[in-house]
Amino acid sequence: MSAKIVTITSGKGGVGKTTAIASLGIALASRGQKVVCVDGDIGLRNLDVIMGLENRIVYDIVDIVEGRCRLRQAMIRDKRLPGLFLIPAAQTRDKMAVSPSDMMRLGDDLREEVDWVLIDSPAGIERGFKNAIAPADRVLVLTNPEISAVRDADRVIGILEAEEKGSPSLILNRVNHEMVKKQEMLSPEDVLDLLAIDLIGIVPEDKSVLIAANQGAPIALDKESRAGQAFRNIAARMMGDDVPYMDLEEQGGLWKRISKLTGRN
Amino acid sequence: MNSKNSLIQIKGLRDGLLISLGEGEWHELEALLFEQIDERSSFFSGARLALDVGKQVLRVVNLTKLRDELSERSISLWAVVSDEPKTVQTAQLLGLATRISKQRPQEVARPKAAKDVEKEEVVLWVERTLRSGTRIEHNGHVVVMGDVNPGAEIVAAGNILVWGRLRGSVHVGADIEGQPADENTDAFVCALTMTPTRLQIASEIENRVGGKTSQKAVKISLKNGEFQTEVWNAK
Ligand SMILES: Nc1ncnc2c1ncn2[C@@H]1O[C@H](COP(=O)(O)OP(=O)(O)OP(=O)(O)O)[C@@H](O)[C@H]1O
Ligand SMILES: [Mg+2]
Repeated sequence: MSAKIVTITSGKGGVGKTTAIASLGIALASRGQKVVCVDGDIGLRNLDVIMGLENRIVYDIVDIVEGRCRLRQAMIRDKRLPGLFLIPAAQTRDKMAVSPSDMMRLGDDLREEVDWVLIDSPAGIERGFKNAIAPADRVLVLTNPEISAVRDADRVIGILEAEEKGSPSLILNRVNHEMVKKQEMLSPEDVLDLLAIDLIGIVPEDKSVLIAANQGAPIALDKESRAGQAFRNIAARMMGDDVPYMDLEEQGGLWKRISKLTGRN
Repeated sequence: MNSKNSLIQIKGLRDGLLISLGEGEWHELEALLFEQIDERSSFFSGARLALDVGKQVLRVVNLTKLRDELSERSISLWAVVSDEPKTVQTAQLLGLATRISKQRPQEVARPKAAKDVEKEEVVLWVERTLRSGTRIEHNGHVVVMGDVNPGAEIVAAGNILVWGRLRGSVHVGADIEGQPADENTDAFVCALTMTPTRLQIASEIENRVGGKTSQKAVKISLKNGEFQTEVWNAK
């Protein structure tokens, strides 16, 4: 196997990176892919909680890097999907315990094991972020339609460009169409206009995200949820499917315009 | 002759270390540098480092590799000083400082005439969008073929032309070397779309620019100390 390594990062904290990693992991694994989600947020781990795997942790990423366990020993298998794994972050160490070159090595080893490696980056642009992007083949920048989050996303995109990481793609999370319509929120067009990168998905604001997270059942498992559907669509696009942007009836016109903007339909 | 010592000179600054590299192959200098650092790792660990690379032409890959390898040794690279405009530009794109408060001996010695020539003739071409967090400081004119996003900043001794949307902060006619007498009130800013977050010509600050989006490309300059906006015609 030769996995694709995808990192999700944002600059600003709390915009939904961990939510996205867990959901994309579920969505890809549901399509029969072998996936490992890596929690890159050392010292503040929470991907395990969102995935509902917290009580199964024995070894973590620092144990792998420091040679206290074999790679497979630290890969926790998901309860629901046989092809889904988690490598948790260390709770009691800090970001300096892992270096970008450790991450490159880990990435290379994981490539042999799975189809997808999804790395959850911590907020910020410091060491933890550098670690998370070091092994990435592709970076997804996630933001909310909020001026400060978009400003940080722009900053991160500039850094990725300067480091010759290739142009990232955008996930716009927590879009509230009612508020966009009333012009109380930046529209997806405003955000795309500023960031000028490829769009890979728009995820609506959805109360069930929080409920799902508290149950350790990532939102992509919820067939009824709009946010879950949006993440399943992103997973399909990652696999190369040409999925139309969700036709959310009330704002049909908006979606058509976005498709035009990004050259997709 | 001890070539190693003449190639790498280390000085203490008020807030860190300044390492000056001599001339030579970049790979060799880099290897020598890490050799010296690794020999005295406890001395260097945790240091803030400014690096003077002289005439060396460095690309983004060179500087990111250097910065990452330094960071693995717990050394933080905050500034890269160079006589080579390409290297200065690279450093600025990576968000590194390109001058350190203490003036470099060469700069003090540089004759005034040479500086004036530079100011009028050296144009920095930036063929990309400047994103938030980027700061470009240039002792001459700056031309951007792309947008200047909110949170990006350009400071130029000469004029700034933006072939795109100007939404960040610009300062033209700026005094780059720290001498007020050098400010240039004839400097101007042109952009296809002019909505800067902040615009300054010499020491005059225009507060009224944001907001109204002009459909036409405009030029903003100073006339008798007042800001004037006119259609930008490439006559
Ligand atoms: N589409 C959505 N609709 C509603 N709530 C959401 C959505 N996406 C994320 N959230 C909520 O936002 C909060 C932050 O999400 P999450 O922890 O995934 O962010 P993060 O970017 O990983 O944060 P950090 O930077 O701290 O790691 C959570 O409470 C989550 O439930
Ligand atoms: Mg998180």
